[in-house]
Amino acid sequence: MSDKRLRFLIPSDYPSARQVQQQIAQEMLKLGYGEHSLFATKLAMEEAMVNAIKHGNRLDPAKHVRVEARLNPHKVCIVVEDEGPGFCRQSVPDPREDQNLEKCCGRGILLMESYMNQVQYSHGGRRVKMVKCNDPDLYPRIAK
Amino acid sequence: MPQTTPVLSVTQQKDIRIVEFVHNKILDEANIKDIGDTLNGLIEEKEYPKLLLDFSNVEHLSSAALGMLINANNRVKARNGQLRLTHIKPPIYEVFAITKLNKMFRILPTRQDALASFNP
Repeated sequence: MSDKRLRFLIPSDYPSARQVQQQIAQEMLKLGYGEHSLFATKLAMEEAMVNAIKHGNRLDPAKHVRVEARLNPHKVCIVVEDEGPGFCRQSVPDPREDQNLEKCCGRGILLMESYMNQVQYSHGGRRVKMVKCNDPDLYPRIAK
Repeated sequence: MPQTTPVLSVTQQKDIRIVEFVHNKILDEANIKDIGDTLNGLIEEKEYPKLLLDFSNVEHLSSAALGMLINANNRVKARNGQLRLTHIKPPIYEVFAITKLNKMFRILPTRQDALASFNP
């Protein structure tokens, strides 16, 4: 069975991002993904797309977000790319450290990395690739 | 699409404000801002605010929602008030545990437990 591929080019707004998330989640449901894999992927997609729209494109209506999903019954691979200046993953502090615990932001990346099997940044941080396996593992991997 | 129905249901028991999230998702930026504004209003109406947040309906939340809750917690602390969270479903509790926010918030299993945990 060949992979199902979905491609989107959306403006920098949240309703468009939600529609994309819903379509990808529907495909995952059709392919038999379990509750936990769906929960994890929905959460990671939300964080990645909000990051792209808000921090990447800075809500600029002239900029777009490109989303590509490749799915089969065993794993889903999602790429989200913005048109912003990019960022360095290493420069994002760990929100779990005592001095950062009361800060109101900076947890999206931690959640993505905890819930997905693989998270990779490229193109200067403008592109993130996330992979989630459809496995019975009920608990997310805590990001190191 | 932004939700048009109220995002919170607020009741009171003695001097404790009980706030229930109406929707099953706390994701939308506009909703999160509305919730944050309402919570801030409730925090500022009392000298020593006592707030109980009931997550019975919540099935999805984002890091932006966590940020809003941390902001509320900081404001409650600044006024020497008390904040409790209850009825958090296991998948949502996991989000708190991963981010270590389960150490920051007082999370209790039931509304009864939470109400009993407030200091006079």
